[in-house]
Amino acid sequence: MRIAPRLLSSAIAIALLSAPAFAEELSGTLKKIKESGTVTLGHRDSSIPFSYLGNDPRQPIGYAHDLQLKVVEALKQKLELPELKVRYNLVTSQTRIPLVQNGTVDLECGSTTNNLERQKQVDFSVGIFEVGTRLLTKKTSGIADFADLKGKNVVTTAGTTSERLLKSMNADQQMGMNIISAKDHGESFLMLESGRAVAFMMDDVLLHGEMAKARKPDEWTVVGTPQSYEIYGCMLRKGDPAFKQVVDDALTATFKSGEINAIYDKWFLQPVPPKNLNLNFPMSEQFKKLVAEPTDKSAEQL
Amino acid sequence: MNYNWDWGVFLKSTGIGDEIYLDWFITGFGWTLAVALVAWTVALLLGSLLGVLRTVPNRWLSGIATVYVEIFRNVPLLVQLFLWYFLVPDLLPTPLETWFKQDLSPATSAYLSVIVCLGLFTAARVCEQVRTGIQALPKGQTAAAYALGFRLPQIYRQVLLPQAFRIIIPPLTSEFLNIFKNSAVASLIGLMELLAQTKQTAEFSANLFEAFTLATLIYFTLNMSLMLFMRFVEKKVAVPGQLAAGGK
Repeated sequence: MRIAPRLLSSAIAIALLSAPAFAEELSGTLKKIKESGTVTLGHRDSSIPFSYLGNDPRQPIGYAHDLQLKVVEALKQKLELPELKVRYNLVTSQTRIPLVQNGTVDLECGSTTNNLERQKQVDFSVGIFEVGTRLLTKKTSGIADFADLKGKNVVTTAGTTSERLLKSMNADQQMGMNIISAKDHGESFLMLESGRAVAFMMDDVLLHGEMAKARKPDEWTVVGTPQSYEIYGCMLRKGDPAFKQVVDDALTATFKSGEINAIYDKWFLQPVPPKNLNLNFPMSEQFKKLVAEPTDKSAEQL
Repeated sequence: MNYNWDWGVFLKSTGIGDEIYLDWFITGFGWTLAVALVAWTVALLLGSLLGVLRTVPNRWLSGIATVYVEIFRNVPLLVQLFLWYFLVPDLLPTPLETWFKQDLSPATSAYLSVIVCLGLFTAARVCEQVRTGIQALPKGQTAAAYALGFRLPQIYRQVLLPQAFRIIIPPLTSEFLNIFKNSAVASLIGLMELLAQTKQTAEFSANLFEAFTLATLIYFTLNMSLMLFMRFVEKKVAVPGQLAAGGK
């Protein structure tokens, strides 16, 4: 009889002591960041103006990088870690998914399209950008839309949605195009510039980037009805809802407060390093909608 | 690591026509064979010729072969490929340039560039092996052939080369295997050989590890079979009592 009250009181004491601790219980990526005091951000080296190395080879910059830093601020508050250290890890289009999965990178923001195949491997944040796939061509080429490409040489970058769309057009509509798959956007543009292809199909914003870099930007134009829309998102490890919540909340808050407009303006409507080129890429209707109603779904799911 | 393994991915649709991912690997394997075998033929013929030139008693001829070897052996393969694909066509006369860039299908012009590049690169390496094979033979062989009234071309054709080739089969085998592995550079100029198809599968399906595992197995099996075949050839052509006769 003397034992029961004791047990009861100690049970109460334990419950009282552990209750606040339970509310603070961290798991997954948040726990890892709290314990190590470091968050590892994945970035790209030449996804202009999303995530790239500017004048300082150790410091990534860009639109996606600015948004990534918003998440870092949110993490500092959430984890009460004002001294949170940021470690940068360069990723390529081939390494970005495995490096997120195996824990090397906690959050990758660049120009990664959110699609169903990738959703099987990683989780995506709410969308941070939306593009349409269009054509870059010489003003004098006489190409106005995709139908004009019948039997012509068309270049695109290997492993992109544009490559898949072009191949499907050949299969479904007997377009008879010769499709060149170049290894990166720079090489695709080289193929176009050197006359090996009459048009370069890619995400419209990247085409504007290539056009800005060209020797004579006035010679080129972006044409055609977008064949697909794609939403870029930040990648994080699958099945980590607590961390995803922090990321999504930080991005959504940036959208709602209107800060996004200043960030957008800085990277798409002003000259950007390293060559001080201006992309002149005003916010599309699709992207305005995405900012108004943030979603972590891919464009095909909407 | 929370990776979502899916070995069934190869049988899944690519979303283009009725193709499945395995079809891409088969096409890629076909291109890899087409690149490596043709480039090897170029390399073997040109390399043997250069190897002979390096050993002939004529300073000009051996000098030309030496310069060739030093240039092609000391410039990275990838740099050579970009030169052949991007620079050389621009140096051609305009009608030829237009033909190469616009009349030929992109796969053909990439294929031609790779064949030339890999063929000439590997020829430099074959040349060195043929040279060492010839120089490994006792000097008395040449002297005896001269004494019997052979002329120089006859000495090479009937005395030196038949012996030299038997000696160099093992290093030549590894060069033969290298050309299959080196053919992967073709993926960088848009030729859809095995590595390019692997990368494409990895990008489209997001099943990177499965794709690269399959590619590894294909390259490995291919090279193992070639090696065993070359060993068989080595045994078959061995002359009993000679140095190269199966290492006896």
